Formats: sequence, structure tokens, C-alpha cells
Amino acid sequence: MKILVPVKRVIDYNVKPRVKADGTGVDLANVKMSMNPFDEIAVEEAIRIKEAGKAEEIVAVSVGPAKAQDTLRTALAMGADRAILIETDTEVEPLAVAKILKAIVAEENPGLVILGKQAIDDDSNQTGQMLAALLGRPQGTFASKVEIEGDHVAVTREVDGGLETVKLSLPAIVTTDLRLNEPRYASLPNIMKAKKKQLDVKTAADYGVDIAPRLKTLKVSEPPVRVAGVKVADVDALVTKLKELGVA
Amino acid sequence: MKTLVWVEHDNASVKDATLHTVTAAAKLGEVHLLVAGANCRAAAEAAAKIAGVAKVHLADNAAYEHALAENIAPLIVDLMGHHDAFLAPATTTGKNVAPRVAALLDVMQLSDILSVEGEKTFTRPIYAGNAIATVESSDAKLVITVRGTAFEKAAAEGGSAAIEDVAGAGDAGLSSFVGAELAKSERPELTSAKVIVSGGRALKDSETFEQVIMPLADKLGAAVGASRAAVDAGYVPNDYQVGQTGKIVAPEVYIAVGISGAIQHLAGMKDSKTIIAINKDEDAPIFQVADVGLVADLFTAVPELTGKL
Repeated sequence: MKILVPVKRVIDYNVKPRVKADGTGVDLANVKMSMNPFDEIAVEEAIRIKEAGKAEEIVAVSVGPAKAQDTLRTALAMGADRAILIETDTEVEPLAVAKILKAIVAEENPGLVILGKQAIDDDSNQTGQMLAALLGRPQGTFASKVEIEGDHVAVTREVDGGLETVKLSLPAIVTTDLRLNEPRYASLPNIMKAKKKQLDVKTAADYGVDIAPRLKTLKVSEPPVRVAGVKVADVDALVTKLKELGVA
Repeated sequence: MKTLVWVEHDNASVKDATLHTVTAAAKLGEVHLLVAGANCRAAAEAAAKIAGVAKVHLADNAAYEHALAENIAPLIVDLMGHHDAFLAPATTTGKNVAPRVAALLDVMQLSDILSVEGEKTFTRPIYAGNAIATVESSDAKLVITVRGTAFEKAAAEGGSAAIEDVAGAGDAGLSSFVGAELAKSERPELTSAKVIVSGGRALKDSETFEQVIMPLADKLGAAVGASRAAVDAGYVPNDYQVGQTGKIVAPEVYIAVGISGAIQHLAGMKDSKTIIAINKDEDAPIFQVADVGLVADLFTAVPELTGKL
């Protein structure tokens, strides 16, 4: 079985994003970028499945600017076998990414596609579900456990009330939640080796996919700022405050 | 515009998340509801009483019992033949089903909206709530998930909508439900609680979490939350997690105990009306958003606080 792992280059999760003064977006110039944390978990899971002898090849794919090659090299250094970059300088919406991925799935024919549950920049949480819909395949979203059993995969999902397990027929689409695993660090020798692995660069047009956005961002603004609070001296003062608030 | 709202229910009653979503849907036009499940007529009857609802579609079929997206999405796509917008609460069920519907309709979804600005214009948070985007859709039909805490609840009584049975295609044969492990809690539900007491990594282990946080929560009639650090360390189950990757809450009072206030945590609670922080590190980022802060060791301060309430 082959596993396809889509990864996204996003602002590093430790960086506090700054909204541009003209309201056109978030300032990404000279900001540290990294692989989306949920995608690292997806890469790790694919590697673990391969290490368990249940997959032969892992293909990492990214839709993004030329610099997304760095993100793919990171995936290769972790253990992916080869990579595909769909290069574009515009931001691509989840629906268009799902359409591109559908075309790649048609070419590569993976048994499993593992994505992160959401990207920490647009916070959409859509691409995996949309890909599953376009392919007419089952989806196991927000996975905290993935077990392949013959022609099925059992996915334990993190849902609002706790956990839920579903059984999906393969091929299937899985999206990762934070607790699925702890991603490994790429070692220096593996980072060197990753430079020699195959990385194909293509465009959306190669797959005949229209990536024109459906949503127009009219404005990006700062969230309302909270008014600075007070510090109280001791527990008694806190009790008084809680009484004022009517909760005690 | 005719809207269709996904109803979250337990076969007998309607969950609060739906009531918030109805308010958002009413801003767009006539509100229709979809109650899907197995043996869920009682839920449809409860849904028909929600104020402002014009019609309830009831899909009662064993295939819809566990809201598997593969079975539910085609049902919704059928109904979207005569609706202009589909709205679901941004719960794990809504987030699972809605994008599948959107892709089948070939439209881009609007995730987690905070406000309705116009017929096709909405605001939504991006970058873990560090920026708010105003976006306009150019699609013919809308698929939206709604952040519950951003909209008031619709009244659960006062409506008298007609219930109409819909068939749907049933089981798509792609997936099946195996089982669920639901966390048991007698306390109020996290996303709808008026008061939340939340604990972080500083609580040390599950026993001290239990000893320190639970009595305070019980005294205040509060729900219990946690930071990701506390969940990852195994102090509490993951459905307690508040933050970008957990639940988004906006209670009247949020009490953060031993939580430093990382941006991913703040993304889940910074719309709370009053934030109270108890932390021994006076430079902890949580104090930058807290209305009331107490710099103290939580192991002495919290039991003292509980005792004095």
C-alpha cells in the first residue's frame, strides 16, 4: 500500500501573528515558517505504518510557494520516500487543494491519505473531508488512533463527548488530531539524505484544476483588545471580586 | 434565502449548540431544521418548538444513527436542492460533515463564523484567533459552520413548525460505527457553562487536579476545563481541553489556574466575559488578558479560596 501525506507550510506555531496595518492580511515577511503541526503528526503516522510493514511507500505532497520545498524536505528527512510540490504563488483554498489532491490520488492510487485536521493559519478544518467527498471515499477525521486491518482501517476519533471508533473500507482518508502520536525529529544524516530524494515540481494547470478563489477576503483586522485588568493582593480580595461578579 | 440547520440531539432533546446556530441562520432567512438519526422523532418534536423555525425535516433511519459523514452528506446535498444555505454548529460533528457537503455541492465552506455581515459576507477567526477576517462568498449556495459562543441562543420554546419526513439514500456502505467511549460528567457542559474552572500543567498530576480544581468547580457550579499540557500529561481526558485544537468557550467567568496562557489556549477562551487567573509567575502571559489576577501558589490559594466561598 502507498500512503499519500499532504503537508502545508505555515507560520511557525510559536510566532504571534501580526495583522498588516492596511488590513489586507497577516504580515508573513521575515516570519519563521514551519510545517503545520498536524501535518507533522500525519507524516509520523505514515512512517509508523510503513515501519509496521503495512505500507511500502510514502509520498509527501504540498501545494504552495517554491519555499514549500523546505517543508517537503522536512517530510523526506523524517522518512517520506519522495515528494511532489504543486507550485503556486497565490493562496489556495481547501476546495481547490482537495481537487488537486484528487488528481494526484488518481495518479498515485494510495490506499490511505493522511492529512492534518486543520492548518493553523486559516483554521479551516476542511481539506480532508472535501477530498474524501470528491473521491467518494470514507473519512476518519480527528484521529487519535489508526489501525489497519486487512481491507479496512479502524479509526478512533476525538469527538466532543470523548472518543468514537469507526471502521472504514480502504482506500480511505484520515485526518490527524494532536494525540495521535509524537512526531520524530529528523536527524542530521537523514536531513542530508533527504536532499537526494526525488522531489517533482508541478503546477495546478498540469492537473487541469481551476484554483480561482471562491471566497474574497475583504478585510483582516485585529481581534478586539481586552482591557487591562487588576491584580488582587490575596484570596480575600479575590472572593470579594467573585461576589461582585455574582458567581459566589 | 432558505437555510437548513443541522440539529445536534440525543434522540429526545436538542443540544444547545443548535440553538446558537438557529440564531445565525435566522439572520440569513427562513430557518428549516434537519433532524437525522434513528428513533429520533422526539428530538424532531423538540426541534419544532424552537422559536423562529419554519419547518423540521426528519430523517429517521438506522444509517443516520451515528451521524457518519458518508451517510449524512448525501442526505443534506439532496435537501440543498431547495435550500440556499446549510449551517451546522462548529462542533466535532458539524466540522466532520459540513466540508463533505460543501465539496459535493462544489462550494467553499465558511468555517466557524463569528458574525453575519451581509447575505454573503461573514467574519471568521484565523491564526488561532489572532486575526479576524471578513470574507465574502461568490458561491451560489453557502455552507457554514457557526461558532456557538458568538451567537445568542434561540428560545427553545414558542415555535410550532411542521415536521416533514424525508427518506434519504441511507447507508453508503463505506463506513460503520464500532463504539464510543464517552467521558462521564455530572458537571455542566463545557461549551455552555456560565462558569469554568480550568487547570494547567502546574497541577502536577491527576490526583492533585482532582483535589484542587474539582472542589472549587463544584462550589461555583462550574464546568471543568484544562490546557493542552494538562491533557497531554494525562491529568484529565482530552474532551476537557480548551483551545485552538480543543473547545472554544466564552463563559461569564473563566478561572485559569496554573495556566501560563499560550496563544493556542487563549484562542479557546479569550472571549470569556471575565477572566480570572491564579498563577505564581507574575510574568505569565495569562495576566495580559486576565481581568482579575492573583499571583500566588495555587496549592495554597485555591483550597483557601474554595474554603471561603
